[in-house]
Amino acid sequence: MTAGLWENWLLPGVWITIQLTLYSAAFATVVAFGIGLVRNSPLWIVRFLSGFYVEIFRGTSALVLMFWLAFVMPLAFQWQLFPMWAAVLALGLTYGAYGSEIVRGAVASVAPAQQEAAIALSFSPAQRMRRVILPQAIPEMIPPFNNLLIELLKGTALVSAVMVPDITFSAQLSRLATGESAEIYSLILVMYFVLAFVLTRLMRLLERRAKAGIGQFPEKRGPLVTRKLSPSKESAQSSNLITGGGVQ
Amino acid sequence: MNWNWDVAKDFLPDLLDGLVITLEATALGSVLAFALGLVWAMAFRSPSRFVRWPVSAVVEFIRNTPLLVQLFFFFYVLPTWDIKFSALTTGVIALGLHYSTYTAEVYRAGIDGVPVGQWEAATALSLSRGRTWLAVILPQAIRRVVPALGNYVIAMLKDSPMLALIGVVDMLQTARAEGSSSFNYIEPFTMVGIAFIVIAYPASLLMRALERRLGH
Repeated sequence: MTAGLWENWLLPGVWITIQLTLYSAAFATVVAFGIGLVRNSPLWIVRFLSGFYVEIFRGTSALVLMFWLAFVMPLAFQWQLFPMWAAVLALGLTYGAYGSEIVRGAVASVAPAQQEAAIALSFSPAQRMRRVILPQAIPEMIPPFNNLLIELLKGTALVSAVMVPDITFSAQLSRLATGESAEIYSLILVMYFVLAFVLTRLMRLLERRAKAGIGQFPEKRGPLVTRKLSPSKESAQSSNLITGGGVQ
Repeated sequence: MNWNWDVAKDFLPDLLDGLVITLEATALGSVLAFALGLVWAMAFRSPSRFVRWPVSAVVEFIRNTPLLVQLFFFFYVLPTWDIKFSALTTGVIALGLHYSTYTAEVYRAGIDGVPVGQWEAATALSLSRGRTWLAVILPQAIRRVVPALGNYVIAMLKDSPMLALIGVVDMLQTARAEGSSSFNYIEPFTMVGIAFIVIAYPASLLMRALERRLGH
């Protein structure tokens, strides 16, 4: 590994990966809340369209979607995006669809009496959502969102296939330039792990604050990134990575 | 949008060839993931911390790093150590190893869900360690996590197009080949995307039905 490769490719690659993760996560959060909150809309057309969106984007593969946005969109619709934005769009739409099920599940898990009490106090639907439902639902969403964020971080490696110079892309270049495959790939695996670890710590901090806001403490957990879950939660987490389901 | 049905019709046989490889990679990867995951899960419960800690650390590391990079690692690094596999075998190993870290958590959850009384009963009946695992614990543990395992098979299916990036001729690779030889990108890539939905959606409905049957 030469200093030039470090300065010109790997370190900027790390920055691109971080940016991609943040932008895609922000976009995915907007999509997740937007879709997740209208999945139970009283209008059937809204329910149908949001359900259709979720099934399509969870059904297909993120990599295929990325190729589709990069190669088919410019030809079919004469609309070409910068590779970076095509990547953010693909990741955001895919992980937003996964996230919408988390939002829906957390909102559904708020005790019905809370909803009824808010109606009895004649809160408007928007007030009910903003003042009663979401403050209780959001702390529940953070742990599954953390898992999804790690999946998203891992998913950003796919963008190297559509020519976005992220860590994986820089590693490919470095491998071609120096031939030190073992060193380079070991190094970037460690980089990804460190990023995942840092993101988990930040999310736990967020969870602690959100739970403190409603007078709860987060459960105690070890130093690991992965959470130890019960069988039913494991099942919910796995079904969240695929289509046709929903968080129980 | 200029969709050409002739191109779509010409591409269909290639797509089906690719589909066979995609399904093959998913099936072999699942077998590996199921077997390795069980090994990890049993190692988590080992009485010796010199087994528990290293296995947990390795599983944690593999689970939290991208499959794509692991794929490249196996594909480019193993040959330099004189371990040579075909691209498909490399892909299956990477896919299976990566998802074994997910199935390990699933098995662990299942094993933790078996009541302590079952372990104690096995001890009381002086069953050997092997019999305790095979005849008492695993049958109860695995039953309740079958849907979660099935879900990861579908997740694996959707991650299998990554194998195209190391040259395995799966569905995505047939689409890329068609694109670079004839400049027809629209039909092949769209068809591959639809193919994934057409397989993954019914499969996931099946898993949901199974989950309800097993009573979660």
